[in-house]
Amino acid sequence: MTKTWNNRAWFMVLPVLLLVAFSAVIPLMTVVNYSVQDTFGNNVFFWAGTEWYQDVLSSDRFWNAMGRNLAFSAIILAIEIPLGIFIALNMPRKGWGVPICLVLMALPLLIPWNVVGTIWQVFGRIDIGLLGRTLAAMGIDYNYVNDPFDAWVTVIVMDVWHWTSLVVLLSYAGLVSIPDAYYQAARIDGASRWAIFRYIQLPKMNRVLLIAVLLRFMDSFMIYTEPFVVTGGGPGNTTTFLSIDLVKLAIGEFNLGEAAAMSIIYFLIILLLSWVFYTVMTNAGSEK
Amino acid sequence: MSLSWMAWTWPTAIFFIVIFMLLASMAVWEYARPGGHPRVGILRFETTRGDRLFVSLLGSAFITLAWLGLIGSSLWWALALSVVYAVGVFRYV
Amino acid sequence: MASTRQGAANERDRTLMRGETDTTTVGSASAKSAEVARVMRRRGEQSRFWWLVPTLYIVFLLLPIYWLVNMSFKTNQEILGTFSLWPQNPTLRNYAVIFTDPSWYKGYINSIIYVVMNTVISVAAALPAAYAFSRYRFLGDKHLFFWLLTNRMAPPAVFALPFFQLYSAFGLIDTHIAVALAHCLFNVPLAVWILEGFMSGVPKEIDETAYIDGYSFPRFFVKIFMPLIASGIGVAAFFCFMFSWVELLIARTLTTTDAKPIAAIMTRTVSASGLDWGVLAAAGVLTIIPGALVIYFVRNYIAKGFALGRV
Repeated sequence: MTKTWNNRAWFMVLPVLLLVAFSAVIPLMTVVNYSVQDTFGNNVFFWAGTEWYQDVLSSDRFWNAMGRNLAFSAIILAIEIPLGIFIALNMPRKGWGVPICLVLMALPLLIPWNVVGTIWQVFGRIDIGLLGRTLAAMGIDYNYVNDPFDAWVTVIVMDVWHWTSLVVLLSYAGLVSIPDAYYQAARIDGASRWAIFRYIQLPKMNRVLLIAVLLRFMDSFMIYTEPFVVTGGGPGNTTTFLSIDLVKLAIGEFNLGEAAAMSIIYFLIILLLSWVFYTVMTNAGSEK
Repeated sequence: MSLSWMAWTWPTAIFFIVIFMLLASMAVWEYARPGGHPRVGILRFETTRGDRLFVSLLGSAFITLAWLGLIGSSLWWALALSVVYAVGVFRYV
Repeated sequence: MASTRQGAANERDRTLMRGETDTTTVGSASAKSAEVARVMRRRGEQSRFWWLVPTLYIVFLLLPIYWLVNMSFKTNQEILGTFSLWPQNPTLRNYAVIFTDPSWYKGYINSIIYVVMNTVISVAAALPAAYAFSRYRFLGDKHLFFWLLTNRMAPPAVFALPFFQLYSAFGLIDTHIAVALAHCLFNVPLAVWILEGFMSGVPKEIDETAYIDGYSFPRFFVKIFMPLIASGIGVAAFFCFMFSWVELLIARTLTTTDAKPIAAIMTRTVSASGLDWGVLAAAGVLTIIPGALVIYFVRNYIAKGFALGRV
């Protein structure tokens, strides 16, 4: 669609602009101000320069949390994207099964995040949880409270449980938009199941998959509530992701300056990544 | 309602004023010569003036962070490096 | 009944509008449709076990939820004492605790109040903005759009602390409107994104015809345009509801007692009273119900909605 050049359209955007500026620009400026100062409370601040940034950049704690968060995001993307596509390919396209599948699959997405944590905390407990009891009965030594590996597995399975449906629904939306004629043509040519997937379905899902990767990466990179409820960041610090660490620093230790500096670095990384994803997304869209 | 909780300092105030001035001057430039001079540079996709400014600012932020993490606290050299980088971005991206 | 037919008609119209690129393929293929039907019968449409994958996945999704529901009907002695796959002595005591204690059920009311406020504010503000983005080019439009999206990507943990200071300064701490406004941070960009996608699917000729017919902009927008993108508005509202309903970090930071969301009450009250598992489970189950109801209402648009109107 060709769009008309009209600068008065700014007036239509103004409400959104003011609303988001109030909740985004003012807090962000405040964080920048905090990040160069030290405080002991009561709004009394002392100039600290770039000390906090140097502290954060040279602290193992920050880089470890970053490493854990990147590993977590990589693992859940590697599981959720292929799994989501696979399930979407096997979903019915029409009939009574469609609404049932969609409603049931979307269910985990609408559960408050701390309740998701509670569900898995209860489900995995070795004394009262179905999963914990079953694994114990099978002779598997599973305890997410003490064992870092089990804690990681629990957090990852929880995230797969929570968010794979998003990938399924996105892929499904891409798949149903493919006209039947494409499949018919492919069948006449005797295309294999793999060829249909590779040359018809995957290209058509390109755009929605990019959205899926973008949303899943961003949300997993700022995950807080669910692992916090299940493991509290433990055992030790093994499941302390960036957001958990940040809240610990800001509210738990009231280390305002360092938390603010960490926020800025965290935000810049997110900004860079979302810009890369967004640029790839819009350019992939315009080439078609 | 007091603003003391925002804890303004002169350096951060100047930082934000500079950013807003940059945005304002970009808006004036765009108003005077619309279109943003789109072209395909070394990053292999189309960029406009605004994109180039964004890439310059974001890149400068990371240059500054890298300087702080690897070398030291004197940021004048990092600033110089950022300016060189920004000129490069506006010239070649 | 009438609304279903209307919906189907809209759906068909939209398919027609989007169809320009596909018409050639459809045309050539329909000529061979008889042959195709024969080929397809021989090859078999789909394997007979297609239902296996969705079913297994749904079982995986429902098992943990079932366990929570199961627990909510048990007494604490049964939860801690015996291991049973379904309640041996079903009890409604856990739900009775929640529905008789104001400190519990007020949490639900608080959550629903701020979620509804946020949904209304977000969609109302996003409608004109999305229209501007889908119809006009203006100074800095693309950068503005990207800037809006970065707010959807920003980690709430970064904002939790300055939010507390900001809303304290305005004297809004522990009010519903504070949470509603704070959630606009990520919901308004999302609503703009979704609505822009749906609006771009409506051809511009409709706007132009309406103006020629003498409609003023507000009248055109409300009388003609909004009904055309009704499903998009529904989907945008659904997403605002969803993300405001599930968020806890900001909601918990901005409230102390009067506007405290149920999710925060769950974490505190339970730990104070020595882990009442049954009540915790019942409270959890009750937080799932509003979501399930809302999904049911948008079930036909949910897939398109999750693709943000961009398929």
